[in-house]
Amino acid sequence: MEGLTLSDAEQKYYSDLFSYCDIESTKKVASNGRVVELFRAAQLPNEVVLQIMELCGATRLGYFGRSQFYIALKLVAVAQSGLPLRVESINTVKDLPLPRFGASKNEQESRHTTSYSSDTENQGSYSGVIPPPPGRVQVKKGSVSHDAVQPRTSTDQQESTSPVVSPQQSPPTSPHTWRKHNRHPSGGNNERSLAGPGPFWSPFSEAQTGSSAGDAVWSGHSPPPPQENWVSFADTPPTSTLLAMHPASVQDQTTVRTVASATTANEIRRQSSSYDDPWKITDEQRQYYVNQFKTIQPDLNGFIPGSAAKEFFTKSKLPILELSHIWELSDFDKDGALTLDEFCAAFHLVVARKNGYDLPEKLPESLMPKLIDLEDSADVGDQSGEVGYSGSPAEAPPSKSPSMPSLNQTWPELNQSSEDTAIVHPVPIRMTPSKIHMQEMELKRTGSDHTNPTSPLLVKPSDLSEENKINSSVKFVSGNTVADGYSSSDSFTSDPEQIGNAVTRQRSHSGTSPDNTAPPPPPPRPHPSHSRSSSLDMNRTFPVTTGQQQAGVVAHPPAVPPRPQPSQVPGPHVHRPVDAEGLITHTSTSPQQIPEQPNFADFSQFEVFAASNVNEEPDDEAEKHPEVLQVEKSSDPSGSLRVAKTDGRIEEKTAASAPANVGKSTTPLAPPPKPIRRRLKSEDELRPEVDEHSQKTGVLAAVLSSQPSIPRSVGKDKKAIQASIRRNKETNTVLARLNSELQQQLKDVLEERISLEVQLEQLRPFSHL
Amino acid sequence: MAVCIAVIAKENYPLYIRSIPAEQELKFHYTVHTSLDVVDEKVSAMGKALVDQRELYLGLLYPTEDYKVYGYVTNSKVKFVMVVDSSNTALRDNEIRSMFRKLHNSYTDVMCNPFYNPGDRIHSRAFDNMVTSMMVQVC
Repeated sequence: MEGLTLSDAEQKYYSDLFSYCDIESTKKVASNGRVVELFRAAQLPNEVVLQIMELCGATRLGYFGRSQFYIALKLVAVAQSGLPLRVESINTVKDLPLPRFGASKNEQESRHTTSYSSDTENQGSYSGVIPPPPGRVQVKKGSVSHDAVQPRTSTDQQESTSPVVSPQQSPPTSPHTWRKHNRHPSGGNNERSLAGPGPFWSPFSEAQTGSSAGDAVWSGHSPPPPQENWVSFADTPPTSTLLAMHPASVQDQTTVRTVASATTANEIRRQSSSYDDPWKITDEQRQYYVNQFKTIQPDLNGFIPGSAAKEFFTKSKLPILELSHIWELSDFDKDGALTLDEFCAAFHLVVARKNGYDLPEKLPESLMPKLIDLEDSADVGDQSGEVGYSGSPAEAPPSKSPSMPSLNQTWPELNQSSEDTAIVHPVPIRMTPSKIHMQEMELKRTGSDHTNPTSPLLVKPSDLSEENKINSSVKFVSGNTVADGYSSSDSFTSDPEQIGNAVTRQRSHSGTSPDNTAPPPPPPRPHPSHSRSSSLDMNRTFPVTTGQQQAGVVAHPPAVPPRPQPSQVPGPHVHRPVDAEGLITHTSTSPQQIPEQPNFADFSQFEVFAASNVNEEPDDEAEKHPEVLQVEKSSDPSGSLRVAKTDGRIEEKTAASAPANVGKSTTPLAPPPKPIRRRLKSEDELRPEVDEHSQKTGVLAAVLSSQPSIPRSVGKDKKAIQASIRRNKETNTVLARLNSELQQQLKDVLEERISLEVQLEQLRPFSHL
Repeated sequence: MAVCIAVIAKENYPLYIRSIPAEQELKFHYTVHTSLDVVDEKVSAMGKALVDQRELYLGLLYPTEDYKVYGYVTNSKVKFVMVVDSSNTALRDNEIRSMFRKLHNSYTDVMCNPFYNPGDRIHSRAFDNMVTSMMVQVC
């Protein structure tokens, strides 16, 4: 074992303990039995005790030599402080409270110094020793009696007043010190000043004197102090109950608890309390706090203004400085008001402080106000402060629904987390898909096949708001880094229409963004036609309505803003971002859209071949996929391009069966083919994300297979040529799809990288200084 | 980094002064005091634009051979004065600004505490910690 350095107090304490265990007076070895008993009294789980014993080398040696014993004691202190047990921690942990042992050791009695020196919070050797509040009479007896009484008498009063077995391992080491006093029936400070409200003990005075903690009175009643005093406010009713307890305690003072009884009592206590967390609020305490809260603010969801809280807590007679510190700790969101959780935390801290516990430097976890998930949103902003909770920022402007492609959204979320340290790391959510999906849903209102989005839709608003915030915040932070291509952040829209607009804007921003996914489809898009079921019908209906549809289809493109088309023409994969959007949404709806794919495929083919009368039927699955995707995209906010094609397609779809539509639309439209292809790609991109790729392909294949049945009104030669062209195009699209997918993934990774870099920068406030 | 940070109240008395190393505290107190004149001068120079348009960050108040003094005024006429070591050439204006921003935020948090009476000296531990972080960083 590594060398152990002990402070003076620790040294004394440990030596006392050792001598206690050294029943054989060997001065060398501590009796195993005593040691084990002692460790059990430390209120640690058995496995921890075993671990300690192993770490200190006793198991190896078979006995507890002085050094092992000391090391073990140090480890007990470490464990009681909640730190992980490590060999190196015995020396590295500074200001470790002395280990506390529940077993009542009356040896300490002699040590009880009657002098209660009110040290200022000296975290020195007695780390965590709590200076008795100046002017507070030590009620050590009272505390003792309380302890004794509580476990033993279990009077109702006591129970009611000291309901919480506040975690035995109260943070400050004081417990053991005051326990000593407690146990000490005759010690100097028996006078229990019941002065004023509730008994306040300054138990530690004797500890402070350095009385070797060896004899710590292991009254083992951890809960007592807080419980006794926890209603220390002068005007609080519970004080009466506390006072009532005093008489009982007085009686007990004379009795000296046997170790056994104390131990058992303590153990009982222990079990009842959550000793793992000294700052935990028990239910009774919490109930009391809530009641107090109600007296000030009847609405449990409301706030207590700072002034009211100030008055209330001033009644506790703590020094203003400490109250100020308590406020700092408990006002989590720094809004100058206390919510219920904050109030409970503050109250608990006041109670603890009055009982002599030192105030922590930072708010213990158990006292942190509950964080609210972003999804729950609502009042997240107030509560979330804790790191790791994706709370507050999300609330930001819910009105903005970012229509950014997923790329944008992932990293903004990351940024947001970094910016808002209180936020728990938000899991990057692919907003675009959901949003796009939402848009699609809205667009395809009639389309019942898109049922799946319901949940994503629900999530979207929060996500959107989240993203909005994130985006906005991100924008602030990273400004330009994000702007490239994804400047769609400024194009947040909450409606599909808006999204469409945004998309268009995006397109304008990002030159590379393909128009495919950007432009939101015109609202009145008749989506039902895209349904899978309809797709087949389309085929059937296609020949019938071909003429009409084609005409209609032809008409559509002109109506649609030409922008997308030209952009579409350029490069299939250029529009990756836009495609991503479309893809994302597509993916989200892919399952539902799968059936539509055949339709899309049909459409695209039709468009591509323009003339094809029927044959569009995409023999190639690939084509179909892209087509389907494209069609879907068209339903998506992809915007004008889509519109053009989709219009044609939509019409076709509306006609009923996709294939039919496809055939019709494709023929008359020459330009559309290119956009279609692009859409295919975007869809391709989406697909990888969704994994429904295969499904789609399957569906498409199925559809395709069904399509051959479409009557080929066009000349056979033409068909043949078209078929060959189609096949080539299919292969092209397949390759293009792959390419787009890969590029999409690359973009995602880059975005993540950017977000991480931004976070890193934010986390280094002044590193450059 | 900053060797001295001071928060001066509207009436020009200090709410918080901290400097490192401690032995030069008196010198820094004097420096801060003299810098108040410069602050007033700059504030009055902005003149009528009043608070809204007035920039909170005042910039370099005056340099000496050893150090530079930066100033920042809040809308409530509370002044933050920061003395930085001249040898610290790496300090850029942006960094100073961000430091002041942090100061301002911490000060706001202190203000939010109902137990803090405006005009009292600042004893907040959180504020102390923040200032410490700013001061010891570059050391």
